[in-house]
Amino acid sequence: MKTIQFTELEGRSAGFFALMAILIAIIGAGLVSALMMHGEGHHITGMTNRIVWGTPHVFAVFLIVAASGALNIASIASVFGRTIYKPLSPLSMVLSMTILAGGLAVLILDLGNPEHLLDVPLTQFLYNSEPARWTQSVFGWNFILYSGFMVIVGVYLWFSLVPQYKKYAKAVSIFAFVWRLALTTGTGLIFGFLVAREAYDAAILAPMFVVFSFAYGLAIFSLVLIPTYVWTGRELGEILVKRLKSLLGIFVAASLYFVIIFNLTNFYSAAKSEGIQSFLLFGNNSYSNAFWIGQILIGGILPLVIVYYPKIKARFALMLAASMVVIGGLSQMYVTIIGGQAYPMDMFPGKKVESIINDGGIATYSPTIYEVLLGLAGIGIMLFLVVFAMNVLRILPESLADKDVDPHHSA
Amino acid sequence: MLLRKIIFVFAVIAFFPLAAYADSLLPALPKAKENYDDKTKCVEPVEVMRQSHMDFILHQRDDTLRKGIRTKQHSLKECINCHNAPAEDGKVASAKDKEHFCSSCHVYTAVQIDCFKCHNDKPANTQYRHKISSQVFKQHKFATQDLNQEMLELLATEKEGQQ
Amino acid sequence: MSQVKESKVDQYRRSFLAQSTAIAGMTLTSGVILNSVAQAKSADQPASDKNRWGLLIDANKCSTGCNTCVTACHEENGVTGSGNPETDPQWIRKVKLTDKQTQKVQTIPLMCQHCAKPPCVDVCPTNASMKRADGVVLVDKHACIGCRYCMMACPYGARSFIHEPTTEQIYPRGQGTVESCTLCVHRIDDPNGPRNPACVEACNAEGHKAMWFGDLKDPNSEITKRLKEYGGVQIRADLGLNTGVRYQNLN
Repeated sequence: MKTIQFTELEGRSAGFFALMAILIAIIGAGLVSALMMHGEGHHITGMTNRIVWGTPHVFAVFLIVAASGALNIASIASVFGRTIYKPLSPLSMVLSMTILAGGLAVLILDLGNPEHLLDVPLTQFLYNSEPARWTQSVFGWNFILYSGFMVIVGVYLWFSLVPQYKKYAKAVSIFAFVWRLALTTGTGLIFGFLVAREAYDAAILAPMFVVFSFAYGLAIFSLVLIPTYVWTGRELGEILVKRLKSLLGIFVAASLYFVIIFNLTNFYSAAKSEGIQSFLLFGNNSYSNAFWIGQILIGGILPLVIVYYPKIKARFALMLAASMVVIGGLSQMYVTIIGGQAYPMDMFPGKKVESIINDGGIATYSPTIYEVLLGLAGIGIMLFLVVFAMNVLRILPESLADKDVDPHHSA
Repeated sequence: MLLRKIIFVFAVIAFFPLAAYADSLLPALPKAKENYDDKTKCVEPVEVMRQSHMDFILHQRDDTLRKGIRTKQHSLKECINCHNAPAEDGKVASAKDKEHFCSSCHVYTAVQIDCFKCHNDKPANTQYRHKISSQVFKQHKFATQDLNQEMLELLATEKEGQQ
Repeated sequence: MSQVKESKVDQYRRSFLAQSTAIAGMTLTSGVILNSVAQAKSADQPASDKNRWGLLIDANKCSTGCNTCVTACHEENGVTGSGNPETDPQWIRKVKLTDKQTQKVQTIPLMCQHCAKPPCVDVCPTNASMKRADGVVLVDKHACIGCRYCMMACPYGARSFIHEPTTEQIYPRGQGTVESCTLCVHRIDDPNGPRNPACVEACNAEGHKAMWFGDLKDPNSEITKRLKEYGGVQIRADLGLNTGVRYQNLN
């Protein structure tokens, strides 16, 4: 196998500047929305005291879950020794960091009081005589998991880019792999630990989120990789694309398996099957539509067909399937996060419940433009940062042609 | 020589408005309603307050909210009651105005505070206070005979500050 | 106020309290509770875990058309909003329950249940959601980042996010933070002894007398005696949260 040459993007073409300008505009629109939300208050969004987490969280949680999944390529190469993916490792690491940055940015900009984040070390450790309680909060763990992820993947990237540290990269990669599993588990448990809400309160959410992350991360990775190689005129061979394509298929299939188990379990409980489960799946509402059309059809069945149907050109099939997985992932988050809140909590079994905030009924939610723009800004931040990184760091192989990635390939 | 003169003149012209401007920004601290103590004036000696008022307030805030300790010496509410009392015409400065006791300095030193995002920047609502004190009166009625007017007033004013 | 003045106040207070004990019976009937002198906590004393404040609500006495407790609470605490019930803070709300089998209609006030093991406190990443030593569950807005995870965790939908800027606050409350029933903690801390929360006071004044406030750890308090005699249920008792708010005749 030839030595792989990594080079930066040239970054001087009109197309490059146009792309960056568009991304900056998307980010800017999101920032303006966030500023307006903080000036006027969250009432300008569609979020209420019933639907407390809305569209920003759909995007943020999707991105955070995908972030850990994007690291998979690097993990497969170094932890599991599949050298064919080795040339893609640096991009995989950088992308996982930028996706996480995008997701966290949305999460933080949506906070009611983001400036109080700066006080957290004070409120936790200095002023209160009580013991710090964040250790009990799965959200608190996630603060550690997210920042730790950034540091560990940063070190991992540094070690793999600098020749004299390369020998340590393998050890760090194992640590990073374990950490990313913990991170997605933590994200899943944010919902899994909500004992009061029927839609969540299940340990299976954690492994399910891990499997989702494989698919979402790989989908975003493919959607970044292929256009980059096409637009920069670098070679991208069939072998890698086909590998990525079948890998995506496996991840999508595994995700479907978990979705089926999760929902079957819920149907087995009489209380849930008549209540929230029929609401989310057969309620003939936006959630049931998002589930069947978005998550299952577009995000599951169609990508499987496309990926394994041999007559579609590999590169086109991967692009199409990956785009569908992203749409499916956003739909899944919509059903999980918003659908899960819309259904009333069962406080009074056997009673019809009415109140000023419609306690017994379905909560209504219609997102406003501010939320959507803020969510899209997360994707903007992720893309802007990854393009910027490609521009300053040598993370892209000069060529991913078949003869360069596969030693046994004969032209 | 000529060059020096020209530079001097320019310097004066350039700095004069700046100096005048800075002067106009100097904090004009409104006077407090009353002395806490004739010796220290404020709740702590004035120099200590200038330097460390935030430490007192921070400490008090945790004590009050998290533990339920409601002494008034370092309470932000009492700061406002005394330092931002209504003017003779009944007008009360809001934290957005430069005339507000806190803002007068904090604008000058460009130190942003967010106390008034949650706390009232004005003394407690007068109508509300009236309600409370009338309630206090009711409460104290039972113990009447020995409570003279002076005592009642004292208890009532103390009551108002409790919130 | 000078030190001298303060000690003078203490003096008056002591003499006043001594007298008021003698007429404790009268104060009770007047709707103002001075539970007992032992429970009065002076301003410099912290809340103690010897107390646990709670409410007992009789669903049969709660009048279906009445909203007094809600109005009183929001007036007392200066809770305001824009008029949209879905985004406005609801520290306490009336819930109408119709039995699906018997069609029996009851209403109850629902507010923060002041759990002994509050899920909102467990999930809070910044320690803002907290429980005082005497069992009152509060939000420390100095630490609240406005993430709303506590609202996701609360089984009672008892917490509200402040969706608009606030002015003219009676008690501190600000845009972008979460708030909920404080059990009128300022009244609990009254140096003259704990007073009934605004909701209870209003309910009594209205003549319904459907709510009792008191110390669940005090065997002689009216609330404990009533609970002992007539029992009381917790909403979502299955979660094992040991709520400080209990309901009677909820059936």
